[in-house]
Amino acid sequence: MNTNYDAQQPLIQVTDLIKSFGDLDALNGVSVNINEGDVVFVVGPSGSGKSTFLRCLNRLEEPTNGRILFEGVDITDPKTDIDKHRQKMGMVFQQFNLFPHMTILKNLTIGPVKLQNKSREEAEAEAMKLLERVGLADRAGAYPSQLSGGQKQRIAIVRALCMKPDVMLFDEPTSALDPEMVGEVLSVMRDLAEQRMTMVVVTHEMAFAREVANRILFMAEGKIVEENEPVAFFENPKSDRLKNFLSKVL
Amino acid sequence: MDQLIEKFYMNFIKEDRWQYITNGLRVTLTVTFFAVIMGIVLGFLVAVVRSTYDKTGKMKILNIICNVYLTIIRGTPVVVQLLITYFVIFGSVNINKVVVAVIAFGVNSGAYVAEIIRSGIMSVDNGQFEAGRSIGFTYGQTMLYIILPQAFKNVLPALANEFIVLLKETSVAGYIALEDLTKGGDIIRSRTYDAFMPLIAVAVIYLVMVMIFNYFVKCLERRLRNSEH
Repeated sequence: MNTNYDAQQPLIQVTDLIKSFGDLDALNGVSVNINEGDVVFVVGPSGSGKSTFLRCLNRLEEPTNGRILFEGVDITDPKTDIDKHRQKMGMVFQQFNLFPHMTILKNLTIGPVKLQNKSREEAEAEAMKLLERVGLADRAGAYPSQLSGGQKQRIAIVRALCMKPDVMLFDEPTSALDPEMVGEVLSVMRDLAEQRMTMVVVTHEMAFAREVANRILFMAEGKIVEENEPVAFFENPKSDRLKNFLSKVL
Repeated sequence: MDQLIEKFYMNFIKEDRWQYITNGLRVTLTVTFFAVIMGIVLGFLVAVVRSTYDKTGKMKILNIICNVYLTIIRGTPVVVQLLITYFVIFGSVNINKVVVAVIAFGVNSGAYVAEIIRSGIMSVDNGQFEAGRSIGFTYGQTMLYIILPQAFKNVLPALANEFIVLLKETSVAGYIALEDLTKGGDIIRSRTYDAFMPLIAVAVIYLVMVMIFNYFVKCLERRLRNSEH
């Protein structure tokens, strides 16, 4: 962790973030602070820029303009070693993206072993502990293709956790799942939130957002249109856009 | 039957003519082996440069050099490349013909291997790349641990095919008077005026080598398939 980082500061400070794809402006000046322990849900219509916003946070998407401070370090600065900071930002994808040529255990340990100089034994012991927590310890030797979608996504979450991140980024983690598998993934995420893991979640699961989030951001046309705590967010939407959106999804 | 035995004696036993075949085989295998290694190394480097350029826009100048290399090698016949290597590039130096053949065939094969490996890299879903980077791996580490192992598996049949082609392609080494397997059989033919026996023998040896090679590739493919979708 950066020594200049003051724990009183927000964990992530986003200022005037802009991202354009050619003529298309996906993000139109997004500013938000994310504090340690926050469980921030980002919702909005498709094409509103919420996934782009999330992917800019660990620079999988290169921001066109604006600033992101993570633990006090400007990670949009080209001189910043982004690979170092990504280790502290776990990411979970819609399509799981497990490594198909490795066993589950290898999927979980390759990061800690290659990047954090852990011994294989140590990394495996930690991975097994986390696997037990999500109820998949018996699948350690399996390959990703042998798992169901819900199991794959739980493994993907564990893979990110194995790096001991300071924040977890979720990019529509349940959108590619069959309905009956959504619950098992959400329950892992709920556990994480209860353990005060800082989370940023892009999702369409409104009921889950209401239950787990402490803040909800509503995005439209590349901007944060409204932000509130969950109950007020759903009970007293202020902007017409949000009212309109909620009337469609609830 | 007696005639057949007599012909066999004449072509292979008399004056130890079988040695043309065995010595030629040794040359063919040597050239193929080292050309394959050279082709893999070259092809690998070129493929990584080209895919890096495609994915990130970096290595612009190296990418141009690689493109020129691919265009020239794939646009001219291998025999011409072999002759140029021997008579032009190494024309004024005294150099072992085996080395010349290894360089010519290795450089030639590298161009084809490069495109095969590149297509393999491109066939791996971009999500794999993002997953690797999101964990904190550098571009190079992601390539090495995540992308290339999957790419290699995807292109194994195409790579095997390339090496079969290479093994057979070395038969034109006779153009620079290198006595490989084909040349060896042809020398026997020119001594005995019997074309059938030496040339069929040469053909059978190539065929058997390819079949053995194919068998090993099948085994390797099966082993790799076991570990995945």
